Amino acid sequence: MSFLDAILSSLSAIRAHALRSVLTMLGIVIGVAAVIAMVAVGNGARERVNAQIQSLGANLIIVIPGNITQGGARLGTGNASTLTDADAQALKTEIPAVQAAAPLVRGGVQVVSGGQNWATSAIGVDLDYFVARDWVVERGREFSEEETRRGGQVALIGQTVQRELFGGNDPVGAQIRVRNVPFEVIGVMSPKGQSMFGQDQDDVILLPLQTARQRVVGTNRAKNRSVNQIMVKIREGEDLSAAEEEMRRLLRQRHRIQDGRDDDFSLRNMAEIQATREESARTMAMLLLSVAAVSLVVGGIGIMNIMLVSVTERTKEIGLRMAVGARPLDVMGQFLIEATTIALIGGLIGIGIGIGIAIITAMKAGWPLLVDPLVVVTAFVFSGLVGIVSGFYPAFRAARLDPVEALRAA
Amino acid sequence: MGADISPALIAVENLERIYQMGEERVVALAGVTTEIRQGSFVAVMGPSGSGKSTFMNVLGCLDQPSAGSYRLKGVEVGRLSPTELARTRNREIGFVFQQFNLLQRVDALGNVELPMLYAGLPKRERRARAEAALARVGLADRMRHLPLQLSGGQQQRVAIARALVNRPACLLADEPTGALDSRTSLDIMALFQALNRDGVTVIVVTHEPDVAAFASRVIRFRDGKIVSDAEQAPRDAAAALAEWSEAA
Repeated sequence: MSFLDAILSSLSAIRAHALRSVLTMLGIVIGVAAVIAMVAVGNGARERVNAQIQSLGANLIIVIPGNITQGGARLGTGNASTLTDADAQALKTEIPAVQAAAPLVRGGVQVVSGGQNWATSAIGVDLDYFVARDWVVERGREFSEEETRRGGQVALIGQTVQRELFGGNDPVGAQIRVRNVPFEVIGVMSPKGQSMFGQDQDDVILLPLQTARQRVVGTNRAKNRSVNQIMVKIREGEDLSAAEEEMRRLLRQRHRIQDGRDDDFSLRNMAEIQATREESARTMAMLLLSVAAVSLVVGGIGIMNIMLVSVTERTKEIGLRMAVGARPLDVMGQFLIEATTIALIGGLIGIGIGIGIAIITAMKAGWPLLVDPLVVVTAFVFSGLVGIVSGFYPAFRAARLDPVEALRAA
Repeated sequence: MGADISPALIAVENLERIYQMGEERVVALAGVTTEIRQGSFVAVMGPSGSGKSTFMNVLGCLDQPSAGSYRLKGVEVGRLSPTELARTRNREIGFVFQQFNLLQRVDALGNVELPMLYAGLPKRERRARAEAALARVGLADRMRHLPLQLSGGQQQRVAIARALVNRPACLLADEPTGALDSRTSLDIMALFQALNRDGVTVIVVTHEPDVAAFASRVIRFRDGKIVSDAEQAPRDAAAALAEWSEAA
């Protein structure tokens, strides 16, 4: 019997028991769908995490004040005023790996423009901030050196603030009031989107560090020139953890921390956050992969089971086929092809469902659809292999039937 | 028989077939020797357990003898491998069963094409030969019917078309009328006689003397041996059918 005839014949046998065939495929369908969806969702999630890290600024190490004890009271992380402009300057000048060190202060403010007002956060920054965050002005201009140093009353606004306060109008040159201090809007920042933690990074106004600290947010920091955090960008190609160690050593020395005592600051490495995320994504992937593997094995056992039933049920048909000239190899091929066809159809359905899940997830989560063709092909081939392996024994049994006995079967 | 010059299609000598069923040894064939010539119409008779079905299975290459020799067209069947046996069944033997044994999900044409599928014939030739075979058994207008849509007699005709389609040396029919009424049985026997007149060797296994009457030679089995073997003037099935119609 030719291969094509054998496939056509197996399709007709599968159609004859449509419901049973579909139920038999289920394990394969679930397994393959899980693999396809898992890989697509995993890739999409990683892509998004990468994009978010990129939006925060790549190669970033964030320095925030640590826990300190002042007069017996333990202050929480981030509140102490141990970090200063001078620390930022020192990090930048003394560690070659540091490309930019941006000290910043931040606080919640109400911004008023004409009849509109909007609650947002104000960040006081110097020019390094734009480098550290890879953030550019979309319209208008950046702060000048002069404005950051002297404390000019100019502001850059994020996309969300621009939308809420000005709608479609051009905000450049407009006057806004932040905590009753007048500022001139000199530019609009390019969009950044959501942060890794779900915050709208465009809902922000940027002010010169000096101005912000003296007149708007964190005014208590003005005297000792302390800051909420320092964003440090490490040069491309430098070792992040080595740079981190150097920074730690420098800051401990500057803050005169004796050996054996805790840091009064803490360092947050974005790469670590990324690694953690990827690690958990990998764990998830392994979990789904094992679900898929178990499902494929169970699916294979299901196929074997049904094929054994089918061989028993069709013993008389096998006898007849042998009587009209089917060789043992023909009978074997028939059942092997049938099992493989069931598995491959299941694989195709699974691929369809998996891609469907990937499309829906990508749409809901708003990340790009990343279906890897290699994974699709692998899943298809793998389901075929499951069919061959699980069909082998039933097919072997069918081929070894004695024609006389088989014909006598009910 | 040795006096005949034409070579035997089938020649068996001291044929034995012994089954081991647990402790028991069942002797189904206990030394059978005979010859069947090309173009004959033979009825094999005997009570159940007489060995006639085993004889049939051995002749059809479904079963192999425990001892003795079976030569089909001069080829010693006992020495063939399972694959060669399958090939022999495919090319040289056409089976007709009591229960027709048609594939239920395939139409008449598909059933008749089945042996040619295993012979490896191309689709177009399969189709043409299957159509010719169905026309030959009088089912030209039923080719697309599924077995369930056909009467018992029509199903048996499909089975006969299937048996004929690879132009076998010999047609082996095991109780071909066992599941049919008397009228339809006459019909089928008339078809066998017509095929036999065209040169097809027909061997019918039956326990009904009425059926055996249409053969030109009757071999009787008992306890795994041939107890009688006689030529006879066959009854004409077509004539019997005409009589039947008049009587009705």
